[in-house]
Amino acid sequence: MLNIKNLSASINGKTIISGLNLEVKEGEVHAIMGPNGSGKSTLASVIAGRETFDVDEGTITYMGKNLLDLPAETRAREGIFLGFQYPVEIPGVSIANFMRTAINEKRKYLGLEPLTGAEFLKLMEEKKKMVDIQSKLTNRSVNEGFSGGEKKKNEIFQMAMLEPRLAILDETDSGLDIDALKVVAKGVNKLRRPDNATIVITHYQRLLDYITPDFVHVLYDGRIIKSGDKNLALELEKKGYDWVKKEAPAGV
Amino acid sequence: MNTTYSSLDKDRLTDLFQKERKSITGQATPLVNQIRQHALSRFKKNGFPTKQLENWRFTDLTPLLNTEFVFDFSNQSRSMDVGKIFTCDVYDLDTFSITLLNGWFVYQSAPLTKLGNGTIIGSLAKAMEVYPELVDQYFGKAAKTDQYEFAALNTAFVQDGLFIYVPDGVELEKPIQLINIVNADHPVFLQPRHLIIAGKGSKVTLAHCDHSLTHNVSFTNTLAEIFVEENAVVDHYKIQNKGKNSTLITNTFIQQKKSSTVYSNMITLNGGFTKNILDVSLPEPNCRSEHFGLYLVDSNQHVDNQVYIDHIAPDNYSNQLFKGILDDEARAVFSGKVMVRRHAQHTVAHQNNKNILLTDDAKANTQPHLEIYADDVKCSHGATVGQLDPEAMFYLRSRGLCERTARQLMMIAFAGEVVQKISIQALQERIQHLVEKRLKGELSICDQCMLHCNSKEPTAFNIDMSKI
Repeated sequence: MLNIKNLSASINGKTIISGLNLEVKEGEVHAIMGPNGSGKSTLASVIAGRETFDVDEGTITYMGKNLLDLPAETRAREGIFLGFQYPVEIPGVSIANFMRTAINEKRKYLGLEPLTGAEFLKLMEEKKKMVDIQSKLTNRSVNEGFSGGEKKKNEIFQMAMLEPRLAILDETDSGLDIDALKVVAKGVNKLRRPDNATIVITHYQRLLDYITPDFVHVLYDGRIIKSGDKNLALELEKKGYDWVKKEAPAGV
Repeated sequence: MNTTYSSLDKDRLTDLFQKERKSITGQATPLVNQIRQHALSRFKKNGFPTKQLENWRFTDLTPLLNTEFVFDFSNQSRSMDVGKIFTCDVYDLDTFSITLLNGWFVYQSAPLTKLGNGTIIGSLAKAMEVYPELVDQYFGKAAKTDQYEFAALNTAFVQDGLFIYVPDGVELEKPIQLINIVNADHPVFLQPRHLIIAGKGSKVTLAHCDHSLTHNVSFTNTLAEIFVEENAVVDHYKIQNKGKNSTLITNTFIQQKKSSTVYSNMITLNGGFTKNILDVSLPEPNCRSEHFGLYLVDSNQHVDNQVYIDHIAPDNYSNQLFKGILDDEARAVFSGKVMVRRHAQHTVAHQNNKNILLTDDAKANTQPHLEIYADDVKCSHGATVGQLDPEAMFYLRSRGLCERTARQLMMIAFAGEVVQKISIQALQERIQHLVEKRLKGELSICDQCMLHCNSKEPTAFNIDMSKI
């Protein structure tokens, strides 16, 4: 589904990602862990198409298409979803209106008729139940005055509405108490399907108690220095990152 | 009789007045003519405002006065079917509809109507003839001709406009809609004058729409005096959708008595050159005075809002929120001043102006200003000039919205804060619709015109992505 080869990316001339390789197949859950400043969020941004980063080298293939040729909105319509670490407040734009616009733009792109008001409302009610979010939240402006937990739940709600093929959750667990974390994890698990994939970017092992990854990767200095199964996350929790850093072959 | 001049200045206008004195003063009451004479001498002394004046620093009138304007003083209120040339876009709004064509009252049945509840609505010229005492009691009491050059000019040449009198305790269910249409095949100079009196405990909603049905040059200098008696509530909406060759100066003077409430909302959708002057006096306590404005301008349109709120008595609340979106080389000016006098204790006054510039060539000058002489007050002011938030743009795009849609959604949201303040639901929905049409580049001044001329020249809000 997603194939990243020898990716290097920079911002304002400063290299953040250098020589990164990653393959994600349908049905898989990948966790990307790593210390602060290792390039985790940059990787998420580059996949989603944020223009502030320059891709200097390498390729990203998604469902057979050259992803780097596509603008952010086309990537979204092709099924890529980025759950933001810091969801943006947009005063005056209601979540319902935002989602209806997003879904209908995607449907237009796919050659489908737009959803009618009634169809949209039905879908929204269904997804609200699925991810356990408060009914009145969707009438409010996007993220405006939301608590940290509400913002992250809203990201999961949007993910449920847009039904992505590849979801990237960028530190969705940061700033969440355990209850909010469970709601978020429950949502992600409910949305898992054999034909979609999830990349969970996280700082701590905690989230992985609720979302079981098939693969765990350690990102350090802009590249993946170690990969393993879910046990790697437990090991990292116990021992920290230093041992992986030492083990990493120089220059890879 | 029509009179033509190549460039306007105070001397030419004074000469014009002397020549046309008989037609101009003919219908007015002796007191109005006395006030007129004073205003004329003020204008003769001061002339048109120049860029040397603080409130006109960013707004240069000179090129706009360099036209051979045609004046028409001999016209009279007349009967015609306005529907033949114009239909209002707020179609489901049930209103008392009143139309001024080129500054003169046009009517279907009578120039002045007295309703069963005592309300009088109609032509000011006719009101001076039928109810001279009522006109004399209020006329000129709010308009500050000594301080405002255009108020002096309007008062010097006053002939016709809208007259509304709502007796004590009467709550008008239907809004009164004034449609001000400019339609001429030559450059016209118009000065309609309105007098609105809301009696004690009365309730009045006034929607004032300015339209031009022509792409010709026109200059309108309109003045409204609004008297809000004790406990009265007045909602005043202004919707401006004018051609790019039109100049519109609006002067609104509001005088609020004890415990009265005024909400005003000024929506400028299109206009070549627009200056809205709003002056509110609060000489008695416990009043609420809220004023909102929205301007959406592109190409080389110029819009200037000047607000002065005078807190004279204690315990009054005032609030201003003016927002604007500027594209291309458009220019916006906001100068707001809140005066809190020595005895105006417990004043609460807020003032805010927010601008979004879509291009590097668009320009906004904003001057919020507080002048406070009382010591126990709560006042705030603020101003912002910025671009659409790039983080928010990326957030919307990452959900599949194209740049254009994301931009429109954010602009509609920005404008929505002002539109939501409109209390009549039907009007709010229609204005929201007009604003959305405007921001999507689908609204032109031809929309409401029934003339179907061939020179369709849409003034669209087209966003040029390459410039961003």
